[in-house]
Amino acid sequence: MGVKLLLDKANVPGIRTYEVYRREGGYRSVEKALKEMNPESIVEEVKKSGLRGRGGAGFPTGMKWSFIAKPEGVPRHLVCNADESEPGTFKDRYLMEFIPHLLLEGLIVSSFALGSHDTYIYIRGEYAWITDILEEAINEAKANGWLGKNILGTGFECNIHVQRGAGAYICGEETALIESLEGKRGNPRIKPPFPAIQGLWQRPTVVNNVETLAAIVPIINLGGEEYAKIGVGRSTGTKLISACGNINKPGVYEIDMTISVEEFIYSDEYCGGIKGGKRLKACIPGGSSVPILPANLLLKTATGETRYMNYESLSDGGFATGSMLGSGGFIVLDEDQCIVKNTLTLARFYRHESCGQCSPCREGTGWMEKILHKIEHGHGTIADIDLLWDIQRKIEGNTICPLGDAAAWPVAAAIRHFRDEFEWHINNPVLSQTSNFGLQHYADPIHVPA
Amino acid sequence: MTYTFNETQMAELNRLVARYPEGKQKSALLPALHLAQDSFDGWLPTELMDYIASLLKIEPIEVYEVASFYSMFNLKPVGKFIFEVCQTGPCMISGSDDIIAYIQEKLSIKPGETTKDGVFTLKLVECLGACGYAPMMQVGKIFREHLTKEKVDSIIAEYRATVTN
Repeated sequence: MGVKLLLDKANVPGIRTYEVYRREGGYRSVEKALKEMNPESIVEEVKKSGLRGRGGAGFPTGMKWSFIAKPEGVPRHLVCNADESEPGTFKDRYLMEFIPHLLLEGLIVSSFALGSHDTYIYIRGEYAWITDILEEAINEAKANGWLGKNILGTGFECNIHVQRGAGAYICGEETALIESLEGKRGNPRIKPPFPAIQGLWQRPTVVNNVETLAAIVPIINLGGEEYAKIGVGRSTGTKLISACGNINKPGVYEIDMTISVEEFIYSDEYCGGIKGGKRLKACIPGGSSVPILPANLLLKTATGETRYMNYESLSDGGFATGSMLGSGGFIVLDEDQCIVKNTLTLARFYRHESCGQCSPCREGTGWMEKILHKIEHGHGTIADIDLLWDIQRKIEGNTICPLGDAAAWPVAAAIRHFRDEFEWHINNPVLSQTSNFGLQHYADPIHVPA
Repeated sequence: MTYTFNETQMAELNRLVARYPEGKQKSALLPALHLAQDSFDGWLPTELMDYIASLLKIEPIEVYEVASFYSMFNLKPVGKFIFEVCQTGPCMISGSDDIIAYIQEKLSIKPGETTKDGVFTLKLVECLGACGYAPMMQVGKIFREHLTKEKVDSIIAEYRATVTN
């Protein structure tokens, strides 16, 4: 069993309630932070911890915090990004649903560090019942003196508000989230200015993911240096991975980033192997937007090294032969899955979710979906593959926000690694409607059936 | 038709507005639209959006442009229960196509349509964050997960019973 810092108490009966959470040692980090530390020393601890944003981008949290502007007389805000919408990702949901007080505890400490007296949790609209759970937890925390005015007699005031979104993937992008929180369409803003300077209502704002803010609790309790000893290299601490697809045990797992991808997929402690004894074909290891990898490049890097579940190892080889840890949305595809169809559903997703501000994304995502639809339904031509490649290349890097990149990468990686499957689809327009290209050379090189 | 919140609904709106600084009441627009949609017929007619605009002291266009942006706001009449079935990658590889086809067959409607008796609407949606519990759909406030044909049968029967009783 690896180290667990976030979900270590997840199975304690009643941990969702304040009473049990507190009895199990909850809110200790608030006492330590507010009584023994000051905002600057908290930011220092977070820097020392090496914590990287858990929403997908992996930006160092301590550094992000240190950018916040502190103009005289202007309120600052912390906003918790709970708009979890990246296909394959459902870890924040788990954390908020089962251990809501852990998030609140992290939020109080972080609000103190950043000087936020009104902190907002922006949660995706579909998580309606979790909104109720969070509201209930906030009321409990308030009733026990952890929120409101003069917390622990220190004079620090903090209120936490939950706001529901209404169904828009784009609002996971921090400036679109801020726009949405202001009651507008979720159109990402042009940066600079960054939210740390002008964010919510033009005030200095920090937007952090749910898991990132929950991780502040063990960082304060253990100290940044101790936290940084867990994990490997620049992948410090623990990471929540939400595993789904064709595996025996889908679910949310906390890993310490030292385990191999092979162990994560095949060990009974985690995914428990491929469902139905089938063989592994491919995997999207960090949420739908990161490059899909065929099994042969997933378990071992292009140079034959074991691949591990951490930021550096998963991106080893760059996009040519690697991928990304991203949000930790781990999607496993077995030998019966069709890469063309999978890519089509993702392209449709990004077309649906494009906010429409930037032409390359607005038009490009629609074109990609149409071309993939054509190929999937037996009407594609070989030139379509090159056209897809050309379109994705023209979207990437040419949009205000990273949704363009997120839409381009899955298509690029599918063609890069599975071009022969696309060609087979095109050359066998009738057969491809009823049968599957199968594994070919993509197969898992380790688990070879006898 | 004109719309008016009752006392409870108005108290909820005031609670929502109070979370934001003075003069920033527009921030309450998304929650206010959820409240409006849930309080009346499950969708947002123009008159209802105009009412929300007047309550938040903003222009009607500011409400329309937001309501049309977010997929959870319905701009057309819907059935009493909306089956919002996820069709994105992880659900697709777990068999959502079969579930969608089965619901269409059972209810004799296509995606976007409502049954003649006005009880069910079928809507195809993109990833709802339940990938590990696929295939799934959202009905009202809750997620119905690990769907099978048998489970779909019992869910339909369950909702139908609430209407006929």
